[in-house]
Amino acid sequence: MPDLSFAPLLQGDYLAWLLAGLRLSLLLTGLTLLTALPLSIAIALLRLSPLRPLRVVGEAYVEAVRCVPLLVHMLFWYFGVPELLPDGIKETVYAGQIEVVSAWAALTLYTAAYMSEDIRSGVRAVPGVQLSAAMALGFSYLAAMRLVVLPQALRITLPPLLSQTLNLWKNTSIATVIGTAELMYQAQRVESATFRGFETFALVTAAYLSVSLLLTALAHWAQARLSPSGARR
Amino acid sequence: MSELIDTYWIYFLVGQYPHGPLGGLALTVLLATLGLVLALPLGMALGVARFSPQAWLRRPVTAWIWVIRGTPLLMVVFWAYFFLPVVTGHKTNQFNTMLIALVVFDAAYLAEIVHAGLRALPRGQLGAALSLGMSRAQALRLVLLPQATRHMLPSLMNQFVSTIKETSLGTIIGLSELSYIANQINAQVLVKPVEVYVTLAGSYFVMCYGLTLMGRAAERRLARA
Repeated sequence: MPDLSFAPLLQGDYLAWLLAGLRLSLLLTGLTLLTALPLSIAIALLRLSPLRPLRVVGEAYVEAVRCVPLLVHMLFWYFGVPELLPDGIKETVYAGQIEVVSAWAALTLYTAAYMSEDIRSGVRAVPGVQLSAAMALGFSYLAAMRLVVLPQALRITLPPLLSQTLNLWKNTSIATVIGTAELMYQAQRVESATFRGFETFALVTAAYLSVSLLLTALAHWAQARLSPSGARR
Repeated sequence: MSELIDTYWIYFLVGQYPHGPLGGLALTVLLATLGLVLALPLGMALGVARFSPQAWLRRPVTAWIWVIRGTPLLMVVFWAYFFLPVVTGHKTNQFNTMLIALVVFDAAYLAEIVHAGLRALPRGQLGAALSLGMSRAQALRLVLLPQATRHMLPSLMNQFVSTIKETSLGTIIGLSELSYIANQINAQVLVKPVEVYVTLAGSYFVMCYGLTLMGRAAERRLARA
């Protein structure tokens, strides 16, 4: 084991690189949550729809996305999708931060497929009479879902959604494959610039772990606080 | 598209084998299978240790499982890649590096499945076994684990699907599994990225969806029995 020293990493450029990476990882997690949540609610509603064709579309989406590794989603969005765009738009895309946008797109679609399953089980945990009662009061199906069923379902779903957020946080690391300058990418960069692999990876692992443990603690808290049995008494 | 498949299908399936190391789809399946098979006993041991009444055993194991589950797999792969050579003293090849990372990572997840299976059993099972004069080890081996593992089969299938998807990270350390081969083909052909990556996605889909369906069939049989 070589001598360990964290000092070179905690000053100047290297620290700035790692912090920039941490910021981008957190930003990707936040942006993806913003886009994946509405998408996952839409997919869950498709899967719960009374119309069979809509259910099939929802199910096909979930199975197709979940059965392909996230890495392949990222490669597809980074190498494949820009080629499908018309020339004018393609140049704009390549001029921008395409690796961040591709990672965002892949993470959104992937995370939404998992979250929609949690939301679906949350909706199914709400007693069916809630929907019938709302519709008997004159609400349309969608209004009954939006105003009566979903608010109750999302409450039940909060703990699993938080653990999906934890998965999302860990999954952002895969974006390094397409050159997104998030935390894992910056870790490799610092490692190859300083040859202090052990120290770099120890720091970065600690960074990943702290956010993960925070999310786990939040999920436990939500579980204890919001579980239906806790609310009733 | 058909030209692409005509030219590259052997490379896609087995890599450079028999003129070089095994790669492609075959390596992905081999890696995932070995990874899960080797992770099972370790995960079982960790899961049982997490269930132990002895704090000196339970606490460190629980902490270890938390650490692994809070870390991205890619981080575990990097640790294995950079530090196995330091610990063992000689260079570890990419296959073994990825295999060890997968085993360490999956064992933590399997341990949680085993632990949850044990906790789901009625408490009276352990008490009854102990009062019949069994030691704790016997009670675990003969009474608790057989019941817990019965309900683990569907979770195991899911874990196998996850493991297959996880092997794709081998690309990053240059292991010539399926995704790496697809990247190579894409770099050679250059003008057909959509076709290459759709084929890649399709291959994973067929494997993983097939296993998912098998898992569901197993679940139904268990529910009936």
